[in-house]
Amino acid sequence: MSDTVISVENLSKQYHLGVISTGTFYGDIKRRWARKRGTPDPYLKIGEADYGNRDGETIWALRDIDFDVKRGEALGIIGRNGAGKSTLLKILSQVTAPTSGVVRVKGRIASLLEVGTGFHPELTGRENIYLNGAIMGMTSAEVQGKFDEIVDFSGVEQFIDTPVKRYSSGMYVRLAFAVAAHLEPDILVVDEVLAVGDAEFQKKCLGKMQDVAGEGRTVLFVSHNMAVIQNLCKRSILLESGYIRLDGETSSSVSRYLSVDQSHNVFSPDRNRRIGDQTTKIETFTVWPNPPRTGKSVEFIFGISKPSTGNTHENIDLAVAVLSQQDSPIFQLYSRHMGQSFSIGPGETIIKVSIDSLPLAPGNYHINLWLGSGSTPIDWIQDCFVLAIESGFFEGGEYIESKGYPVLMKSKWNVVRGNTGQVDLE
Amino acid sequence: MITHEEWDLIIRPQRSWWDLRLGELWRYRDLVRLFVWRDFVAYYKQTILGPLWYLIQPVLTTLVFTVIFGNIAKLSTDGLPPFLFYLAGNTIWSYFSGCLMSTSNTFTANAGIFGKVYFPRLSIPVSVTISNLISFAIRFGLFLAFWCYFLLMGSEVRPNLWILVLPALVLMMAGMGLGLGIIVSSLTSKYRDLQHLVSFGVQLLMYATPVIYPLSSVQGIWRWLLIANPMTPVIEIFRLAFLGTSSLNPSYLFYSAFFAVIVFFIGVLIFNRVETTFMDTV
Ligand SMILES: Nc1ncnc2c1ncn2[C@@H]1O[C@H](COP(=O)(O)OP(=O)(O)OP(=O)(O)O)[C@@H](O)[C@H]1O
Ligand SMILES: [Mg+2]
Repeated sequence: MSDTVISVENLSKQYHLGVISTGTFYGDIKRRWARKRGTPDPYLKIGEADYGNRDGETIWALRDIDFDVKRGEALGIIGRNGAGKSTLLKILSQVTAPTSGVVRVKGRIASLLEVGTGFHPELTGRENIYLNGAIMGMTSAEVQGKFDEIVDFSGVEQFIDTPVKRYSSGMYVRLAFAVAAHLEPDILVVDEVLAVGDAEFQKKCLGKMQDVAGEGRTVLFVSHNMAVIQNLCKRSILLESGYIRLDGETSSSVSRYLSVDQSHNVFSPDRNRRIGDQTTKIETFTVWPNPPRTGKSVEFIFGISKPSTGNTHENIDLAVAVLSQQDSPIFQLYSRHMGQSFSIGPGETIIKVSIDSLPLAPGNYHINLWLGSGSTPIDWIQDCFVLAIESGFFEGGEYIESKGYPVLMKSKWNVVRGNTGQVDLE
Repeated sequence: MITHEEWDLIIRPQRSWWDLRLGELWRYRDLVRLFVWRDFVAYYKQTILGPLWYLIQPVLTTLVFTVIFGNIAKLSTDGLPPFLFYLAGNTIWSYFSGCLMSTSNTFTANAGIFGKVYFPRLSIPVSVTISNLISFAIRFGLFLAFWCYFLLMGSEVRPNLWILVLPALVLMMAGMGLGLGIIVSSLTSKYRDLQHLVSFGVQLLMYATPVIYPLSSVQGIWRWLLIANPMTPVIEIFRLAFLGTSSLNPSYLFYSAFFAVIVFFIGVLIFNRVETTFMDTV
């Protein structure tokens, strides 16, 4: 028998975004009726195309996750907002079912998902302790034995006979953590919840989790606080858009996470690679959304400044050039190509350029910016931005993974002749 | 290699349809007990009038029925004292409708706790059905008090041995109320507005059940339609047991029992289906 207590295999979770059904019976009937008569769907937003059987978009919150956790291990899970951390913990805690894949678990799991565990607001702290024990499958006698320890640890003994709806959110978490940690679970799952506790309590909780792991039990911990993760966990998983980006030593996961977070999608011009007199100057350059996703709309926003003394600068062109990481040109967005140029007056100017569907595979790209007049550069900045693109769906098709061809193009596929079937994916 | 090991829990996308997981519910019986206790406490904590309300409400309803249906509309009560007749119907009906209504919002009312921890979701409606027994017991006690009074006053009331099937009657109502309730709750997780239809539907159903009139006052095809309603035998046999009149053959109870079992299992099947991904949609 090996020491593996959690085994996750090929785990994926798909969420439906937007409106799957209208949420009311009346609404669905109305929509059906409208479809039948061929009138426009009354629930569709203006500008939103009606593709017939389009039933809302879907998103993969987790994609093909594989990992094992050993007894006594403290595993950190890190990643940006929306990376899928909470989703993973929810599946492990059986709050929601996965879309595919299997999770195998040995022993009892106690989980603390987001703020507020399964407390009943009307009941007192005392009653809730027993209720939570029972939820975890313990008998009242077992809870009884741990009761004093729990109250002691939580530090809310004054309020133990007050309904928990009167608790502050910090007290709530204190009690919730105390219950989860003391009911002797084999596996303790903690999502980013301790943040609302004060510093002292957070320290106490970390100490407790260390003890729990030391006693040969397993801890899974999500946090955005890298110092805490490094303190508690030897090993960490870095999630990125639902994929495991890195599974290894906490130090390497954390530095990978920080490097992604800090230097990508941030305007960082190098003075030596800036050409022009800069009488009109690019002060800021941002991308929205950050990070941009393949197949989704994206906006690049220039913040331009000009000293208030000068005259208005006529015929200014702007360009965003996208290059591969090896600096081979891929494409550019050039205002002149669209028949546009700007006259920029003194003060601050914000100009944005947007595209509907980002035709680039996930990965990193370099960006050069151009602010000039004709062929004369006024502020030409090379390699000033690492554009990190996350994976997404391109034109409703399959999940895009980088396979060496960076540019995607919208195309139509039809069988012209032949005994051949055509299947629309998804 | 993994297959040789003993796992306590295997999480998969969907469980098989036939996995009712009633065994798991049994393992969590302590939790069910606590939920019942919680309902009980919440009910006493609410108001001082709380328990009293459970006495006032049936008496008032029965009085209204007596005046409107007995005195004004002059509906038949099979020769029984109208007050006792309506009280009997009311007492028994209220348990069924109470179970149905309070289990029909299981998902929407418990979204908070369902999103945070796992436990067999079925323990909520099951515990609600049990805690509804408390108010049923109070109403039934009230009925017994009036019943004794009418007995002592020597009215046309003839209790008999059918009284012994009372526990079975309660069980059938619990099965039907719970089964229908969790079917509705599973549907309301997709269509929120069905919730509003429930109390209306229960009201309509009451008129389609011999609560305020005896089955004997209905003839022909209507009678058969009424008998097709599985609550009809329950009410009729209750009145047969305590008051001594019914025009229905007691063997129809088997039909009600059969229906209760079927509706309960269908309810559990649908409920288990919805339960696994319900949290994604709130
Ligand atoms: N119920 C839901 N319905 C639709 N989409 C959802 C649902 N829950 C989560 N998502 C999506 O799934 C993705 C992963 O979400 P998740 O909550 O797991 O992120 P996270 O890593 O915990 O982020 P954070 O750091 O902000 O807590 C997100 O894109 C989110 O929008
Ligand atoms: Mg989260």
